[in-house]
Amino acid sequence: MITAGCDVGSLTAKAVIMKDGKIIASEVILASAQPEKSATDVMKRAVKKAGIKMEDIGYCVGTGYGRKHIPFMNSEESEIACHAKGAVWQVPSVRTVVDIGGQDAKAIRVDERGNVERYVYNDKCASGTGRFLEIIADALDIKLEDLGALSGKAKEKLTLSNQCVVFAETEIISLVNDGKEIADIVNALHQAVANRAASLARGILVEPDAVMTGGVAKNSGMFAALERALGVKLYKVEDPQINGALGAALFAADKLNG
Amino acid sequence: MYAAGCDVGSLTSKAVIMKDGKIIESVIIKSKARPWESADEVMNIVLSRAGLTMKDIKYCVGTGYGRDKISFINEAVSEIACHGKGARWLVPSVRTVIDIGGQDCKALRLDDKGNMVKFITNDKCASGTGRFLEVMAKVMHLNLDELGEMSARSRQPITFASACTVWAQADVIQHLNDKVPIEDIAAGVNNAMASRMSTLANNIGLEKDVCMTGGVAKNSGVVNALEKHLGIRIKRIRREDPQLAGAIGAALFAAQKATGGAQ
Repeated sequence: MITAGCDVGSLTAKAVIMKDGKIIASEVILASAQPEKSATDVMKRAVKKAGIKMEDIGYCVGTGYGRKHIPFMNSEESEIACHAKGAVWQVPSVRTVVDIGGQDAKAIRVDERGNVERYVYNDKCASGTGRFLEIIADALDIKLEDLGALSGKAKEKLTLSNQCVVFAETEIISLVNDGKEIADIVNALHQAVANRAASLARGILVEPDAVMTGGVAKNSGMFAALERALGVKLYKVEDPQINGALGAALFAADKLNG
Repeated sequence: MYAAGCDVGSLTSKAVIMKDGKIIESVIIKSKARPWESADEVMNIVLSRAGLTMKDIKYCVGTGYGRDKISFINEAVSEIACHGKGARWLVPSVRTVIDIGGQDCKALRLDDKGNMVKFITNDKCASGTGRFLEVMAKVMHLNLDELGEMSARSRQPITFASACTVWAQADVIQHLNDKVPIEDIAAGVNNAMASRMSTLANNIGLEKDVCMTGGVAKNSGVVNALEKHLGIRIKRIRREDPQLAGAIGAALFAAQKATGGAQ
Protein backbone atom coordinates (compact mmCIF):
# COMPACT_ATOMS: atom_id res chain seq x y z
CA MET A 1 0.00 0.00 0.00
CA ILE A 2 1.55 3.30 -1.14
CA THR A 3 0.34 6.67 0.12
CA ALA A 4 1.64 10.22 -0.27
CA GLY A 5 1.53 13.55 1.52
CA CYS A 6 2.18 16.91 -0.07
CA ASP A 7 2.79 20.06 1.98
CA VAL A 8 2.85 23.29 -0.03
CA GLY A 9 4.26 26.04 2.17
CA SER A 10 5.05 29.66 1.47
CA LEU A 11 8.74 29.11 0.84
CA THR A 12 9.13 25.38 0.19
CA ALA A 13 7.02 22.47 -1.00
CA LYS A 14 7.48 19.04 0.53
CA ALA A 15 6.40 15.53 -0.49
CA VAL A 16 6.59 12.24 1.40
CA ILE A 17 5.80 8.79 -0.03
CA MET A 18 5.12 5.91 2.36
CA LYS A 19 4.82 2.21 1.79
CA ASP A 20 3.47 -0.15 4.45
CA GLY A 21 4.21 2.28 7.28
CA LYS A 22 7.70 3.28 6.13
CA ILE A 23 8.96 6.40 4.37
CA ILE A 24 10.31 5.34 0.99
CA ALA A 25 11.01 8.82 -0.42
CA SER A 26 10.86 12.47 0.56
CA GLU A 27 11.64 15.71 -1.26
CA VAL A 28 11.86 19.41 -0.44
CA ILE A 29 11.96 22.08 -3.14
CA LEU A 30 11.74 25.86 -3.15
CA ALA A 31 8.17 26.90 -3.85
CA SER A 32 7.43 28.84 -7.03
CA ALA A 33 4.80 31.56 -7.35
CA GLN A 34 2.22 28.97 -8.47
CA PRO A 35 1.37 26.43 -5.78
CA GLU A 36 0.02 23.99 -8.45
CA LYS A 37 3.42 23.89 -10.07
CA SER A 38 5.30 23.55 -6.76
CA ALA A 39 3.07 20.64 -5.76
CA THR A 40 3.42 18.85 -9.09
CA ASP A 41 7.20 19.37 -9.23
CA VAL A 42 7.92 18.14 -5.75
CA MET A 43 5.65 15.09 -6.10
CA LYS A 44 7.18 14.14 -9.46
CA ARG A 45 10.63 14.19 -7.88
CA ALA A 46 9.55 12.11 -4.92
CA VAL A 47 7.84 9.59 -7.18
CA LYS A 48 11.01 9.28 -9.24
CA LYS A 49 13.15 8.87 -6.13
CA ALA A 50 10.85 6.13 -4.86
CA GLY A 51 11.10 4.35 -8.20
CA ILE A 52 7.33 4.22 -8.58
CA LYS A 53 4.71 5.78 -10.83
CA MET A 54 2.15 8.42 -9.92
CA GLU A 55 -0.59 5.79 -10.47
CA ASP A 56 0.94 3.57 -7.79
CA ILE A 57 -0.09 6.06 -5.11
CA GLY A 58 -3.26 4.75 -3.54
CA TYR A 59 -4.19 7.95 -1.74
CA CYS A 60 -2.68 11.43 -1.45
CA VAL A 61 -3.42 14.06 1.20
CA GLY A 62 -2.51 17.72 0.71
CA THR A 63 -1.69 20.29 3.39
CA GLY A 64 0.05 23.64 3.85
CA TYR A 65 -1.01 27.13 2.96
CA GLY A 66 -1.22 26.27 -0.76
CA ARG A 67 -3.16 23.03 -0.27
CA LYS A 68 -6.27 24.19 -2.11
CA HIS A 69 -4.25 24.22 -5.32
CA ILE A 70 -2.76 20.74 -5.26
CA PRO A 71 -4.19 19.14 -8.42
CA PHE A 72 -3.53 15.45 -7.69
CA MET A 73 -4.62 15.09 -4.05
CA ASN A 74 -7.60 13.04 -2.94
CA SER A 75 -8.35 15.15 0.12
CA GLU A 76 -6.83 17.81 2.33
CA GLU A 77 -6.00 18.15 6.02
CA SER A 78 -5.10 21.22 8.10
CA GLU A 79 -1.45 21.95 8.78
CA ILE A 80 -2.04 21.67 12.52
CA ALA A 81 -3.48 18.15 12.19
CA CYS A 82 -0.68 17.05 9.86
CA HIS A 83 2.11 18.47 12.00
CA ALA A 84 0.71 16.81 15.10
CA LYS A 85 0.34 13.46 13.33
CA GLY A 86 3.82 13.60 11.81
CA ALA A 87 5.43 14.50 15.15
CA VAL A 88 3.62 11.73 17.05
CA TRP A 89 4.77 9.19 14.47
CA GLN A 90 8.38 10.37 14.77
CA VAL A 91 8.43 10.76 18.57
CA PRO A 92 5.54 8.73 20.07
CA SER A 93 5.95 10.31 23.53
CA VAL A 94 5.53 13.84 22.15
CA ARG A 95 3.11 16.22 23.86
CA THR A 96 4.23 19.57 22.42
CA VAL A 97 5.19 20.42 18.85
CA VAL A 98 6.77 23.78 18.04
CA ASP A 99 6.90 24.31 14.31
CA ILE A 100 8.70 27.30 12.85
CA GLY A 101 8.17 27.71 9.14
CA GLY A 102 9.29 30.26 6.60
CA GLN A 103 6.39 32.60 7.25
CA ASP A 104 4.63 31.34 10.32
CA ALA A 105 5.08 29.65 13.66
CA LYS A 106 2.77 27.26 15.46
CA ALA A 107 2.72 25.39 18.71
CA ILE A 108 0.53 22.33 19.18
CA ARG A 109 -0.22 20.26 22.25
CA VAL A 110 -1.34 16.67 21.83
CA ASP A 111 -2.74 14.26 24.40
CA GLU A 112 -1.45 10.75 25.18
CA ARG A 113 -3.26 9.35 22.18
CA GLY A 114 -1.88 11.94 19.80
CA ASN A 115 -5.07 13.99 19.49
CA VAL A 116 -4.67 17.75 19.13
CA GLU A 117 -5.65 19.41 22.42
CA ARG A 118 -4.68 23.02 21.89
CA TYR A 119 -2.76 25.05 19.38
CA VAL A 120 -1.62 28.60 18.68
CA TYR A 121 -0.63 30.04 15.39
CA ASN A 122 1.15 33.21 14.28
CA ASP A 123 1.21 34.35 10.70
CA LYS A 124 0.38 37.97 11.48
CA CYS A 125 3.82 39.12 12.59
CA ALA A 126 7.11 38.17 10.93
CA SER A 127 8.95 38.09 14.26
CA GLY A 128 9.40 34.54 15.50
CA THR A 129 9.16 33.06 11.99
CA GLY A 130 11.80 31.95 9.51
CA ARG A 131 11.39 35.25 7.71
CA PHE A 132 13.15 37.04 10.57
CA LEU A 133 16.26 34.88 9.96
CA GLU A 134 15.99 35.28 6.21
CA ILE A 135 15.85 39.08 6.32
CA ILE A 136 18.79 39.40 8.69
CA ALA A 137 20.86 36.78 6.84
CA ASP A 138 20.25 38.80 3.70
CA ALA A 139 21.26 42.07 5.40
CA LEU A 140 24.43 40.43 6.73
CA ASP A 141 25.09 38.73 3.39
CA ILE A 142 25.20 35.27 4.94
CA LYS A 143 23.57 32.12 3.57
CA LEU A 144 20.58 30.98 5.62
CA GLU A 145 22.07 27.50 6.03
CA ASP A 146 25.32 28.94 7.43
CA LEU A 147 23.66 30.71 10.36
CA GLY A 148 23.68 27.69 12.66
CA ALA A 149 27.39 26.91 12.36
CA LEU A 150 28.24 30.60 12.65
CA SER A 151 26.35 31.06 15.92
CA GLY A 152 28.34 28.12 17.34
CA LYS A 153 31.41 30.36 17.25
CA ALA A 154 29.82 33.12 19.35
CA LYS A 155 31.86 34.42 22.29
CA GLU A 156 30.34 37.65 23.51
CA LYS A 157 26.72 37.58 24.69
CA LEU A 158 24.69 40.20 22.88
CA THR A 159 20.97 40.85 23.28
CA LEU A 160 18.68 42.46 20.73
CA SER A 161 16.37 44.98 22.35
CA ASN A 162 13.90 44.98 19.45
CA GLN A 163 11.39 42.24 18.76
CA CYS A 164 10.06 43.77 15.54
CA VAL A 165 11.97 42.52 12.48
CA VAL A 166 12.06 46.00 10.94
CA PHE A 167 13.51 47.61 14.06
CA ALA A 168 15.82 44.65 14.75
CA GLU A 169 17.34 44.97 11.29
CA THR A 170 18.33 48.57 12.06
CA GLU A 171 19.67 47.51 15.44
CA ILE A 172 21.75 44.76 13.87
CA ILE A 173 23.21 47.16 11.31
CA SER A 174 24.34 49.43 14.15
CA LEU A 175 25.89 46.44 15.94
CA VAL A 176 27.86 45.67 12.76
CA ASN A 177 28.91 49.32 12.56
CA ASP A 178 29.99 49.21 16.18
CA GLY A 179 32.42 46.45 15.25
CA LYS A 180 30.59 43.56 16.93
CA GLU A 181 31.45 40.04 15.73
CA ILE A 182 29.01 38.55 13.21
CA ALA A 183 28.92 35.24 15.12
CA ASP A 184 27.84 37.06 18.28
CA ILE A 185 25.19 39.00 16.36
CA VAL A 186 23.81 35.82 14.77
CA ASN A 187 23.66 34.17 18.18
CA ALA A 188 21.65 37.13 19.51
CA LEU A 189 19.39 36.91 16.46
CA HIS A 190 18.65 33.24 17.12
CA GLN A 191 17.76 34.01 20.71
CA ALA A 192 15.44 36.84 19.63
CA VAL A 193 13.57 34.63 17.13
CA ALA A 194 13.43 31.78 19.66
CA ASN A 195 12.15 34.02 22.45
CA ARG A 196 9.34 35.23 20.25
CA ALA A 197 8.37 31.70 19.18
CA ALA A 198 8.64 30.53 22.81
CA SER A 199 6.28 33.22 24.03
CA LEU A 200 3.78 32.00 21.45
CA ALA A 201 4.29 28.40 22.55
CA ARG A 202 3.84 29.24 26.23
CA GLY A 203 0.29 30.22 25.31
CA ILE A 204 -0.61 26.53 25.08
CA LEU A 205 1.45 25.52 28.15
CA VAL A 206 4.45 23.57 26.90
CA GLU A 207 4.62 20.02 28.26
CA PRO A 208 7.45 17.52 27.76
CA ASP A 209 8.26 15.71 25.58
CA ALA A 210 8.64 18.52 23.07
CA VAL A 211 9.87 18.51 19.49
CA MET A 212 10.84 21.29 17.15
CA THR A 213 9.83 20.90 13.53
CA GLY A 214 9.83 23.04 10.38
CA GLY A 215 12.73 24.12 8.22
CA VAL A 216 14.08 26.40 10.95
CA ALA A 217 14.73 23.35 13.18
CA LYS A 218 17.57 22.38 10.82
CA ASN A 219 19.46 25.41 12.15
CA SER A 220 21.42 24.07 15.16
CA GLY A 221 21.70 27.56 16.65
CA MET A 222 17.94 28.03 16.55
CA PHE A 223 17.38 24.58 18.03
CA ALA A 224 19.63 25.39 21.00
CA ALA A 225 18.15 28.89 21.38
CA LEU A 226 14.59 27.50 21.48
CA GLU A 227 15.62 24.95 24.10
CA ARG A 228 17.00 27.80 26.22
CA ALA A 229 13.92 29.94 25.67
CA LEU A 230 11.45 27.18 26.53
CA GLY A 231 13.56 25.68 29.32
CA VAL A 232 12.81 22.14 28.14
CA LYS A 233 14.82 19.57 26.24
CA LEU A 234 13.75 19.34 22.63
CA TYR A 235 13.75 16.05 20.74
CA LYS A 236 15.38 16.01 17.35
CA VAL A 237 13.52 14.47 14.45
CA GLU A 238 15.35 13.17 11.43
CA ASP A 239 14.11 15.62 8.84
CA PRO A 240 12.07 18.32 10.63
CA GLN A 241 11.10 20.05 7.40
CA ILE A 242 9.04 17.14 6.03
CA ASN A 243 7.01 16.66 9.22
CA GLY A 244 3.82 18.18 7.77
CA ALA A 245 4.03 16.14 4.56
CA LEU A 246 4.71 13.04 6.65
CA GLY A 247 1.56 13.68 8.66
CA ALA A 248 -0.37 14.09 5.41
CA ALA A 249 0.99 10.74 4.11
CA LEU A 250 -0.08 9.11 7.40
CA PHE A 251 -3.60 10.55 7.02
CA ALA A 252 -3.61 9.15 3.49
CA ALA A 253 -2.76 5.70 4.88
CA ASP A 254 -5.63 6.00 7.39
CA LYS A 255 -7.99 6.77 4.51
CA LEU A 256 -6.90 3.70 2.59
CA ASN A 257 -7.24 1.52 5.67
CA GLY A 258 -10.75 2.90 6.15
CA MET B 1 13.57 86.41 27.50
CA TYR B 2 14.26 83.53 25.15
CA ALA B 3 13.34 79.92 25.81
CA ALA B 4 14.17 76.94 23.62
CA GLY B 5 12.93 73.42 23.04
CA CYS B 6 14.89 70.65 21.32
CA ASP B 7 13.23 67.40 20.22
CA VAL B 8 15.67 64.72 19.06
CA GLY B 9 13.78 61.98 17.28
CA SER B 10 14.90 58.84 15.50
CA LEU B 11 14.48 60.29 12.04
CA THR B 12 14.33 64.08 12.48
CA SER B 13 15.46 66.57 15.09
CA LYS B 14 13.57 69.76 15.78
CA ALA B 15 14.40 73.00 17.62
CA VAL B 16 12.15 75.93 18.51
CA ILE B 17 13.03 79.30 20.06
CA MET B 18 10.22 81.25 21.75
CA LYS B 19 10.00 84.75 23.11
CA ASP B 20 7.00 86.14 25.00
CA GLY B 21 4.80 83.25 23.97
CA LYS B 22 5.65 83.47 20.29
CA ILE B 23 7.80 81.27 18.09
CA ILE B 24 10.59 83.37 16.66
CA GLU B 25 12.47 80.58 14.89
CA SER B 26 12.17 76.86 14.24
CA VAL B 27 14.22 74.24 12.37
CA ILE B 28 13.75 70.58 11.37
CA ILE B 29 16.75 68.51 10.27
CA LYS B 30 17.35 64.85 9.51
CA SER B 31 18.78 63.12 12.55
CA LYS B 32 22.40 61.99 12.54
CA ALA B 33 23.75 58.67 13.82
CA ARG B 34 24.37 60.11 17.31
CA PRO B 35 21.61 62.01 19.09
CA TRP B 36 23.99 64.58 20.62
CA GLU B 37 25.29 65.47 17.15
CA SER B 38 21.72 65.99 15.94
CA ALA B 39 20.97 68.17 18.94
CA ASP B 40 24.07 70.32 18.51
CA GLU B 41 23.43 70.81 14.81
CA VAL B 42 19.74 71.66 14.99
CA MET B 43 20.34 74.06 17.87
CA ASN B 44 23.22 75.80 16.10
CA ILE B 45 21.09 76.32 13.00
CA VAL B 46 18.09 77.67 14.88
CA LEU B 47 20.29 80.04 16.93
CA SER B 48 22.11 81.41 13.91
CA ARG B 49 18.83 81.94 12.05
CA ALA B 50 17.47 83.82 15.04
CA GLY B 51 20.72 85.80 15.32
CA LEU B 52 21.26 84.54 18.86
CA THR B 53 23.84 82.53 20.81
CA MET B 54 23.27 79.90 23.46
CA LYS B 55 23.94 82.54 26.14
CA ASP B 56 20.76 84.36 25.10
CA ILE B 57 18.64 81.30 25.90
CA LYS B 58 17.50 81.52 29.48
CA TYR B 59 16.18 77.97 29.69
CA CYS B 60 16.23 75.03 27.31
CA VAL B 61 14.21 71.81 27.57
CA GLY B 62 15.10 68.65 25.65
CA THR B 63 12.74 65.88 24.62
CA GLY B 64 12.49 62.95 22.19
CA TYR B 65 14.15 59.56 22.33
CA GLY B 66 17.65 61.12 22.43
CA ARG B 67 16.83 63.67 25.13
CA ASP B 68 19.17 62.27 27.78
CA LYS B 69 22.15 62.70 25.48
CA ILE B 70 21.71 66.42 24.81
CA SER B 71 24.58 68.38 26.40
CA PHE B 72 23.20 71.92 26.43
CA ILE B 73 19.75 71.48 27.96
CA ASN B 74 18.72 72.54 31.45
CA GLU B 75 16.19 69.76 31.75
CA ALA B 76 14.75 66.78 29.89
CA VAL B 77 10.96 66.27 29.73
CA SER B 78 9.11 63.21 28.38
CA GLU B 79 7.84 63.21 24.81
CA ILE B 80 4.30 62.54 25.97
CA ALA B 81 4.25 65.66 28.16
CA CYS B 82 5.82 67.83 25.46
CA HIS B 83 3.50 66.61 22.72
CA GLY B 84 0.48 67.23 24.91
CA LYS B 85 1.63 70.72 25.76
CA GLY B 86 2.66 71.57 22.21
CA ALA B 87 -0.61 70.29 20.74
CA ARG B 88 -2.68 72.33 23.19
CA TRP B 89 -0.76 75.46 22.25
CA LEU B 90 -1.37 74.73 18.56
CA VAL B 91 -5.05 73.77 19.01
CA PRO B 92 -6.35 75.09 22.37
CA SER B 93 -9.54 72.99 22.16
CA VAL B 94 -7.64 69.72 21.72
CA ARG B 95 -8.51 66.77 23.96
CA THR B 96 -6.99 63.87 21.98
CA VAL B 97 -3.58 63.96 20.34
CA ILE B 98 -2.37 61.28 17.95
CA ASP B 99 1.34 61.58 17.30
CA ILE B 100 3.13 59.49 14.70
CA GLY B 101 6.87 59.56 14.92
CA GLY B 102 9.49 57.96 12.74
CA GLN B 103 9.67 54.85 14.92
CA ASP B 104 6.75 55.05 17.29
CA CYS B 105 3.20 56.21 17.66
CA LYS B 106 1.38 57.61 20.64
CA ALA B 107 -2.12 58.65 21.53
CA LEU B 108 -2.86 60.86 24.51
CA ARG B 109 -5.91 62.43 26.07
CA LEU B 110 -5.98 65.76 27.87
CA ASP B 111 -8.60 67.21 30.18
CA ASP B 112 -10.07 70.68 29.68
CA LYS B 113 -7.14 72.20 31.54
CA GLY B 114 -4.57 70.46 29.41
CA ASN B 115 -3.58 67.88 32.03
CA MET B 116 -2.70 64.41 30.80
CA VAL B 117 -5.53 61.94 31.49
CA LYS B 118 -4.37 58.86 29.63
CA PHE B 119 -1.79 57.85 27.09
CA ILE B 120 -0.63 54.85 25.13
CA THR B 121 2.49 54.35 23.02
CA ASN B 122 3.74 51.77 20.59
CA ASP B 123 7.43 51.52 19.92
CA LYS B 124 7.56 47.73 19.75
CA CYS B 125 6.16 47.19 16.28
CA ALA B 126 6.96 49.19 13.15
CA SER B 127 3.39 48.95 11.91
CA GLY B 128 1.49 52.20 12.47
CA THR B 129 4.68 54.22 12.80
CA GLY B 130 6.41 56.45 10.27
CA ARG B 131 8.70 53.55 9.54
CA PHE B 132 5.86 51.61 7.92
CA LEU B 133 5.29 54.41 5.40
CA GLU B 134 9.00 54.83 4.83
CA VAL B 135 9.46 51.14 4.00
CA MET B 136 6.51 51.15 1.59
CA ALA B 137 7.54 54.41 -0.10
CA LYS B 138 10.99 52.93 -0.68
CA VAL B 139 9.77 49.81 -2.48
CA MET B 140 7.32 51.92 -4.49
CA HIS B 141 10.06 54.40 -5.44
CA LEU B 142 8.01 57.31 -4.17
CA ASN B 143 8.83 60.02 -1.68
CA LEU B 144 6.64 60.29 1.38
CA ASP B 145 4.70 63.33 0.10
CA GLU B 146 3.81 61.58 -3.15
CA LEU B 147 2.64 58.50 -1.27
CA GLY B 148 0.20 60.59 0.76
CA GLU B 149 -1.25 62.50 -2.15
CA MET B 150 -1.95 59.40 -4.24
CA SER B 151 -4.87 58.22 -2.09
CA ALA B 152 -7.14 60.85 -3.61
CA ARG B 153 -6.73 59.33 -7.07
CA SER B 154 -7.37 55.71 -6.09
CA ARG B 155 -10.55 53.89 -7.11
CA GLN B 156 -9.92 50.48 -5.60
CA PRO B 157 -7.49 50.55 -2.68
CA ILE B 158 -5.76 47.24 -2.01
CA THR B 159 -6.11 45.60 1.39
CA PHE B 160 -3.49 43.76 3.43
CA ALA B 161 -3.97 40.42 5.17
CA SER B 162 -1.72 41.48 8.05
CA ALA B 163 -0.55 44.74 9.58
CA CYS B 164 3.05 43.52 9.84
CA THR B 165 5.44 45.76 7.91
CA VAL B 166 7.36 42.74 6.63
CA TRP B 167 4.30 40.97 5.21
CA ALA B 168 2.77 44.19 3.88
CA GLN B 169 6.01 44.99 2.07
CA ALA B 170 5.90 41.57 0.39
CA ASP B 171 2.26 42.23 -0.60
CA VAL B 172 3.17 45.62 -2.07
CA ILE B 173 5.94 44.05 -4.17
CA GLN B 174 3.51 41.39 -5.37
CA HIS B 175 0.93 44.04 -6.35
CA LEU B 176 3.59 46.06 -8.17
CA ASN B 177 4.55 42.95 -10.13
CA ASP B 178 0.90 42.29 -10.91
CA LYS B 179 0.68 45.82 -12.38
CA VAL B 180 -1.94 47.02 -9.90
CA PRO B 181 -2.28 50.83 -10.30
CA ILE B 182 0.19 52.53 -7.98
CA GLU B 183 -2.54 54.85 -6.62
CA ASP B 184 -4.48 51.81 -5.40
CA ILE B 185 -1.39 50.41 -3.69
CA ALA B 186 -0.61 53.81 -2.12
CA ALA B 187 -4.17 54.19 -0.86
CA GLY B 188 -3.99 50.68 0.60
CA VAL B 189 -0.78 51.59 2.41
CA ASN B 190 -2.32 54.79 3.83
CA ASN B 191 -5.46 52.92 4.91
CA ALA B 192 -3.41 50.22 6.63
CA MET B 193 -1.48 52.88 8.47
CA ALA B 194 -4.70 54.60 9.54
CA SER B 195 -6.29 51.35 10.65
CA ARG B 196 -3.35 50.52 12.90
CA MET B 197 -3.33 54.04 14.36
CA SER B 198 -7.05 54.00 15.01
CA THR B 199 -6.70 50.81 17.07
CA LEU B 200 -4.23 52.64 19.29
CA ALA B 201 -6.33 55.80 19.50
CA ASN B 202 -9.56 53.94 20.28
CA ASN B 203 -7.75 52.32 23.16
CA ILE B 204 -7.59 55.55 25.13
CA GLY B 205 -11.12 56.63 24.18
CA LEU B 206 -11.49 59.48 21.74
CA GLU B 207 -12.69 62.90 22.76
CA LYS B 208 -13.14 65.98 20.63
CA ASP B 209 -11.21 67.88 19.41
CA VAL B 210 -8.80 65.40 17.93
CA CYS B 211 -5.59 66.52 16.28
CA MET B 212 -2.59 64.83 14.77
CA THR B 213 1.02 65.79 15.32
CA GLY B 214 4.30 64.48 13.95
CA GLY B 215 5.51 64.33 10.38
CA VAL B 216 2.77 61.92 9.25
CA ALA B 217 0.15 64.60 10.09
CA LYS B 218 1.25 66.24 6.83
CA ASN B 219 0.26 63.15 4.85
CA SER B 220 -3.25 63.94 3.61
CA GLY B 221 -3.94 60.35 2.56
CA VAL B 222 -3.32 58.99 6.05
CA VAL B 223 -5.19 61.82 7.82
CA ASN B 224 -8.28 61.39 5.61
CA ALA B 225 -8.19 57.62 6.04
CA LEU B 226 -7.83 58.01 9.80
CA GLU B 227 -10.90 60.28 9.91
CA LYS B 228 -12.88 57.55 8.17
CA HIS B 229 -11.60 54.84 10.50
CA LEU B 230 -12.32 56.86 13.63
CA GLY B 231 -15.55 58.37 12.35
CA ILE B 232 -14.49 61.72 13.73
CA ARG B 233 -13.10 64.89 12.23
CA ILE B 234 -9.43 65.59 12.83
CA LYS B 235 -8.66 69.25 13.39
CA ARG B 236 -5.83 70.24 11.08
CA ILE B 237 -2.94 72.16 12.62
CA ARG B 238 -2.33 75.26 10.55
CA ARG B 239 -0.60 77.57 13.01
CA GLU B 240 2.76 75.81 12.70
CA ASP B 241 4.26 72.64 11.25
CA PRO B 242 2.66 69.72 13.16
CA GLN B 243 6.07 68.03 13.20
CA LEU B 244 7.22 70.75 15.64
CA ALA B 245 4.65 69.94 18.35
CA GLY B 246 7.14 68.18 20.64
CA ALA B 247 9.76 70.92 20.35
CA ILE B 248 7.12 73.60 20.90
CA GLY B 249 5.95 71.80 24.03
CA ALA B 250 9.56 71.64 25.23
CA ALA B 251 10.03 75.38 24.57
CA LEU B 252 6.80 76.12 26.48
CA PHE B 253 8.05 74.11 29.47
CA ALA B 254 11.33 76.03 29.21
CA ALA B 255 9.52 79.39 29.15
CA GLN B 256 7.55 78.33 32.22
CA LYS B 257 10.77 77.50 34.09
CA ALA B 258 12.44 80.72 32.96
CA THR B 259 9.60 82.83 34.30
CA GLY B 260 9.40 80.91 37.53
CA GLY B 261 6.47 78.62 36.89
CA ALA B 262 3.83 81.02 35.55
CA GLN B 263 1.92 79.74 32.53
